[in-house]
Amino acid sequence: MAAKQEQVKVLGKWPSPFSNRVELALKLKGISYVYSEQDLSNKSLELLSSNPVHKMVPVLIHNGIPISESLVIVEYIDETWKSNPFLPPHPFHRASARFWSKVVDDKCLPALWNAIWCDEKGREKAVEEAMEALKILENEIGDRRFFGGDEIGLVDISANFVGYWVDILQGIAGLQLLASEKFPKLYKWSQEFKTHPIVKQALPPREELFAFFKSRTA
Amino acid sequence: MANEVTLLDFWPSPFGMRVRIALAEKGIQYEYKDEDLRNKSPLLLQMNPVHKKIPVLIHNGKPVCESLIAVQYIDEFWNNKSPLLPSDPYQRAQARFWADYADKKIYDAGRRSWTTKGEEQEAAKKDFIECLKLLEQQLGDKPYFGGDNLGYVDVAIVPFYSWFEAYEKFGNFNIEAECPKFIAWAKRCLQKESVAKSLPDQHKVYDFVLQMRKKLGVE
Repeated sequence: MAAKQEQVKVLGKWPSPFSNRVELALKLKGISYVYSEQDLSNKSLELLSSNPVHKMVPVLIHNGIPISESLVIVEYIDETWKSNPFLPPHPFHRASARFWSKVVDDKCLPALWNAIWCDEKGREKAVEEAMEALKILENEIGDRRFFGGDEIGLVDISANFVGYWVDILQGIAGLQLLASEKFPKLYKWSQEFKTHPIVKQALPPREELFAFFKSRTA
Repeated sequence: MANEVTLLDFWPSPFGMRVRIALAEKGIQYEYKDEDLRNKSPLLLQMNPVHKKIPVLIHNGKPVCESLIAVQYIDEFWNNKSPLLPSDPYQRAQARFWADYADKKIYDAGRRSWTTKGEEQEAAKKDFIECLKLLEQQLGDKPYFGGDNLGYVDVAIVPFYSWFEAYEKFGNFNIEAECPKFIAWAKRCLQKESVAKSLPDQHKVYDFVLQMRKKLGVE
């Protein structure tokens, strides 16, 4: 039986970890897609019509139908293409994975972002909060290879910022946040994450990402 | 193994109400524990060490935290009746999107409408009404966001209705005049026993908010 003709398009922004989550998810499932880089200072008609509520990237357009919000999109991808599942089968473990994805989104990302871009005045407190957030993840990863176990799962995808962006951005900020001495397990996880054969192809190039964010500090 | 279900909650919390409704929809017997949030129980601190917040659903000794995650858990575990999420992936994505929207917008704008004054309060009221109007559009002609029956989005949003008397009195605005369709939907939900027994009386919530405002020094 011939596979149904799938049309998959991503409206994204290459330096954005949220946009990257969607590309990661599609690549992990082996789904081909068309990528369209968006200019957020001059939003396209396509973006405005496919995400009228938030007018943000990423947007997944599947057979002409748009879906927004990165983690909603990742779960949609997981439920639509069932190979290499991002979530385990048991409801309790699924709830746990969703909980930790939300911790990454609501607690860790804002704390890390804030510590990186904060001015001198609030720096100490912001760094303290970022370290607390990393400690929570350090305790959670334990001795597992990935948050998803042996394979990459929802939490790993959600934590792409922690696994790749933080190392680059902390260099720009002159901070040591995710250091192997302080967070050995989480550091090891970040190495596993960014060297994973599929993930490493999906991540934006290091030098370009560094240059992009460095230019914002001028 | 017998199902032992406990809910750590706080009676005026719209987030707690979501879990109460979901449990009632599925006909699950559970033990309800009201927390004193100024003096959190050791059980709460043990079951939700990351956030130390309610609601926490405890099922056979294992905690599920975050209201929408708990609602999804209840739907997936007790999947033999009253499905809350649809089975089609796109419909599920839509339901999750709108529940996320409610989380981001309604709670924040609603809270600002009774904790702020002057220009800030006017902005909050405007945001709040815009948000409800968008939801009215999304509802369309359906009786519920879930279609013919109560669904995930209805469960996510209807708890905020119990706070409307408080929002109206402290914000000095008439929500029904601006969003009659939303109010009609909320009243329709309240016809369901699962919703009626999970939401506190609006006046009781108003009294609670009155006390909170005094404590916060908003008066």
